[in-house]
Amino acid sequence: MSKQTDQGRRDFLSRAATAAAATTVAPGVFLHSVADAAPRAEPVTSKVRWGMLIDTTKCADGCTACVEACDVENGLDLIGKPEGASDAEWERQRPRWIREVKLKDNLTDRITTMPMLCQHCEFPPCVDVCPTGASFRRADGLVLVDRHTCIGCRYCMMACPYKARSFIHENVLLKSTAVPRGKGCVESCTFCVHRLDQGETTTACQDACSKDGHQAIIFGDLKDPNSAVSQAMSKYPTVEVRADLKLNTGVRYTGL
Amino acid sequence: MKKIHFREWGIESPRYWGMLAVLAAVVAIAGFATLYMEHEGHWVTGMNNQIVWGIPHVFAIFLIVAASGALNVASIGSVFGKKVFKPLAPLSGLLAMTLLIGGLLVLVLDLGQPARLIVAMTTYNFKSIFAWNIYLYVGFLAIVAVYLFTMMERKAMGYTRSVGTFAFVWRLALTTGTGSIFGFLVARQGYDAAIMAPMFIIMSFAYGLAIYLLVLMFTFKTDGRELGDKLIARLKNLLGVFVAAVLYFTVVYHLTNLYGTENHAYEAFILRDGGIYTTLFWGGWILAGCLIPMGIIYHPALGKSRGALVAACSLVILGGFAAIYVIVIGGQAFPMAMFPDKTIIASGFYDGVNGDPLSYSPSLPEFLLGIGGIAVALLATLVAVRVLRFLPESLADDVADPHAAAKGA
Repeated sequence: MSKQTDQGRRDFLSRAATAAAATTVAPGVFLHSVADAAPRAEPVTSKVRWGMLIDTTKCADGCTACVEACDVENGLDLIGKPEGASDAEWERQRPRWIREVKLKDNLTDRITTMPMLCQHCEFPPCVDVCPTGASFRRADGLVLVDRHTCIGCRYCMMACPYKARSFIHENVLLKSTAVPRGKGCVESCTFCVHRLDQGETTTACQDACSKDGHQAIIFGDLKDPNSAVSQAMSKYPTVEVRADLKLNTGVRYTGL
Repeated sequence: MKKIHFREWGIESPRYWGMLAVLAAVVAIAGFATLYMEHEGHWVTGMNNQIVWGIPHVFAIFLIVAASGALNVASIGSVFGKKVFKPLAPLSGLLAMTLLIGGLLVLVLDLGQPARLIVAMTTYNFKSIFAWNIYLYVGFLAIVAVYLFTMMERKAMGYTRSVGTFAFVWRLALTTGTGSIFGFLVARQGYDAAIMAPMFIIMSFAYGLAIYLLVLMFTFKTDGRELGDKLIARLKNLLGVFVAAVLYFTVVYHLTNLYGTENHAYEAFILRDGGIYTTLFWGGWILAGCLIPMGIIYHPALGKSRGALVAACSLVILGGFAAIYVIVIGGQAFPMAMFPDKTIIASGFYDGVNGDPLSYSPSLPEFLLGIGGIAVALLATLVAVRVLRFLPESLADDVADPHAAAKGA
């Protein structure tokens, strides 16, 4: 009788211990395996260089699909005009990662429409001047801002030849979990790094441009000769904006 | 030669405390303005994503440049061995420190994340001139403190010359670093010029000496101390040479730019079509900052008047602010030449459509922060001269430079 009771207690204890171990250890093991499975756990390498080709002949005048898609993707549309700010001043102070510009050739009057964004230079002036190293270039060619070490001095904005960077002038009440931001830091186009790190291979602006049927933006790995962007770049003559600075930009234009 | 004694600034207490109270009130107002800007964010300033550096940077850069220049009087005494300048040295070192502290405060309090100053002090990118400047500025404060110690402590006086030489070299590096903040910016038409560094050095000579002269004359006059005409004439002539040199560098900078077609649009903007920037260039930088002070300094009658000298010094300072404003804000207001052979006719984010300059209207809190930096510098100076012996009892000509006085008599 007593032996049976002991056996029952022993079983109970051993099952309880197993259950306790499972509940404490399993989530860690599970998360670990999830993390292992996701591509973002692997360090980025310089075997990839993300880049973009913009065909200005396909970019439609008056279309702002890429700008709107960027605003939604990166939560820029969540930043509201602060109460009391004038509309005109707010337009100058709001952050913009991509913008439409329309150019007229001084000699021929030819009109070109195209988006301007961070050009993800190989030798970025913003990275050179950043006192804390918060502006940095990732091995795969993305020029990013570490918003933990950005002190908000805006020297990178003074140095960027493309006016690609924005400073957050206002309190941030709403933000996307994929693109955190805070008042007083500088930011710019990340080539949708949160997508790339999850294994995706397109940017929001490219998707929007394609969806609207323009196909003016091709994005991909410049080091992969078979990627769409490399194929297109080998076919058409491309230019860098401010090629004189020899920054080897990751964004190239055709028809400019 | 008579022995020179130093004594604390001895003006009557009510007057002294009154001055401190006024300055402290200005500092307090600036403090509230800063808290307001930090709490709300930079949208309450006139700075935006087109003009990213504004009035705080004009004040900060002016004060930092003037700080290194204020040390010159001491350097002339201990490095170049001009005996007559030696009694002037402690105040020179003091002003160098207080002006730098005022300027740095403004710069740091304008950061988007001022609380992360510790990050700036611990995480460095040595390719950035800003990172170097952190060392140059902090190092300058330490070196000048030691320099002052060797001047004021009898046992350490043997080291004054070597420490002074080191401080002189350091201050040249410091102003080179400050000028290079702009000189190294390849992106913008108005910057990216090696001449920026030496031009900032010569500007520092002029602005620093103008401030020094005003503080010297004010503290001596209010305390009934004698300041010899010959000594003042020497300092005044020195100021004249420095101001002329500023004018020279300005002319060379713009002539060099005018030679290259690529810079014509920028030069037309600053010299002819730039509105406020053109006005400040000609009216502030050139006329008020250089030509009128030189006219006063070298005028046979006005050149002898203390009142006119005060006016000349004040104009050099005002001209200095105008010059820094034109460099810092004007350089940003001119649209970047992204597409050299094209005109931007429409933009979703203010790219200088049809060559229009980018707009900036400074707000009150920005000004208050900048003025607060000046008030901190003056407050620290007045406290220091009151508690420590920075000022000679007399700088009458027969005391300061008996040799010159005898020759003149």
